[in-house]
Amino acid sequence: MAKANTNRALMFGYRSYVVAFFIFLAAPLVAAGSFAFNDSLFPALPWQGFTLDWFFNDTEPKLGMFHDRRLLRGLYYSFVIALMVSALSVAVGTTNAFLFVRRDFPFKNVFYIMMIVPLVIPGVILGISILVLASNIANSMENRFELELEFLRPGLFLVVMGQFSFITTITSLVITARLRKFDQSLEEAALNLGAGHARVLRTITLPFLRPAMIAAGIVAFLVSFENFNTTLFLVGSESPLTITMYDRMAKVGSTPVLNAVSFFLMVGSGMLALISVAVQRPPRSD
Amino acid sequence: MSADAKRLSLILLFAPFALWISLLIILPHIGMVALSLREKVAPRVYEFGFGNYIDFINEPIYWNTLLRTGSMSLLVTVLALLIGFPVAYYIAKIAGKRSRGALFLMCLIPLWVSDLIRAFGWILLLRETGVVSSVLIWSGMTTEGIEFLYNDVTVVVGLVYTVILFMIVPLVSTLDGMGDDMIEAGYNLGGNTLTVLRRIIIPYAMPGIVAGCIVVFMLTAGSYLTPILLGGKNSSWFTEQIYDQFITRFNWESGAAFGILLLAFTSFVVWLGLRLSGQSLANTVAKT
Repeated sequence: MAKANTNRALMFGYRSYVVAFFIFLAAPLVAAGSFAFNDSLFPALPWQGFTLDWFFNDTEPKLGMFHDRRLLRGLYYSFVIALMVSALSVAVGTTNAFLFVRRDFPFKNVFYIMMIVPLVIPGVILGISILVLASNIANSMENRFELELEFLRPGLFLVVMGQFSFITTITSLVITARLRKFDQSLEEAALNLGAGHARVLRTITLPFLRPAMIAAGIVAFLVSFENFNTTLFLVGSESPLTITMYDRMAKVGSTPVLNAVSFFLMVGSGMLALISVAVQRPPRSD
Repeated sequence: MSADAKRLSLILLFAPFALWISLLIILPHIGMVALSLREKVAPRVYEFGFGNYIDFINEPIYWNTLLRTGSMSLLVTVLALLIGFPVAYYIAKIAGKRSRGALFLMCLIPLWVSDLIRAFGWILLLRETGVVSSVLIWSGMTTEGIEFLYNDVTVVVGLVYTVILFMIVPLVSTLDGMGDDMIEAGYNLGGNTLTVLRRIIIPYAMPGIVAGCIVVFMLTAGSYLTPILLGGKNSSWFTEQIYDQFITRFNWESGAAFGILLLAFTSFVVWLGLRLSGQSLANTVAKT
């Protein structure tokens, strides 16, 4: 009986610890999000009442995020960059999955490790190394052939390349895991029934991979959207949102419009994350 | 398929992989090593040499910053493991079937919010005019606002917060695969909770522990935003030095050398960790 009581007390302690941990997780997010609705010029207590001005108001000093041109431009560039990165990284991730699951070639294990390595290289290093290479090529082209390769200077193209360089590892791992679960006798059956290779790929294998490809695409989109470290070194005049927000924080200090952006991003990425989970979940019937 | 078609399709599948790894990973790093071994002797005149590395050794501020970044990253990794393991175990083994998915999802949600927003949230909570300080004044525990930002404890807490999810996720997925019968067998054979934890659960979870530690350590050592925003001007984080050399001083040669040093240092720690735990990169990080 005494033992059951101590067990119950231990269990209670354990549960409270887990609850405390989740409060710790939520606290800064709640703080970042809720001050978006405080009717005050500073994101701080006391609470001055509810307002949506930080989203929709169109005049200074309370310029809402949907009227703040620079923030909107940042949002637009983030969106464009994230779309390109996720399309590219899902495409290469899919070919990588076929390469490593279906094919045998010399040094396969070495290449597999090389595929994982970008994920453990610090983002700052990826950023500067790509910047150095691109600038070297651009400079030598300019000196030797008087050719100005604008896309190798900091800007959208380099940001996309920098993010693609490590996000592809993530998409490759997600799609590889799914392709490993595929039952190859399905393909053989279709081939026996007279379908060509292209048709089998299109009607059987790719539909099987689709959930993983969508989930990988969403993950890539989100990781790209929130990336800061790699982007910081490669960014040109087209700053994505994280860079714009950081500049604003450094120059103007914290203003509630940043809370409004935070809230907007949290809701947006939360919804995307839920979709990616829902897509990967197998249907109820099995 | 004929042998030729097979070869061709192998080449076609290999091409994107090869382009990606060679153009965006290998060549840039070779370029960075080459740049770091270049000394500026006069304007637009360069010589091969180890000058940038010698500068690093001769300037205590530089290597102190690297050592500080490394040791604080190790501390953050250990704390993340100690704090995260019970939570992961709870999610994987104790929570009921229904709440398990919800809890796991709750763990993941902050993962999709940018570092910047998380650090911003901490700033709003902890600065002198922040929420915690206001609540303390309101409750009468103090009369003046307290500045919780800009010290090492806050930086460590903020970093643990930023990376702990990368510890919990791999731990949950490895612990999830462990059958409850293994734990029961341990108890039936007379082991107490501590023995079961030490002899059964931890060895089983080792790949997850190592994977989490590697990712967390690399993310912490390479992080930029959290130390700068929460630690302020004197956070002395090594990535800040790299940024300073590259962007502020426009000294790319020494910035490249610093980058190589950070990479070498973190890779060494990861290699040591894999060696000591008897794991490999393929069965830890790749699995998560």
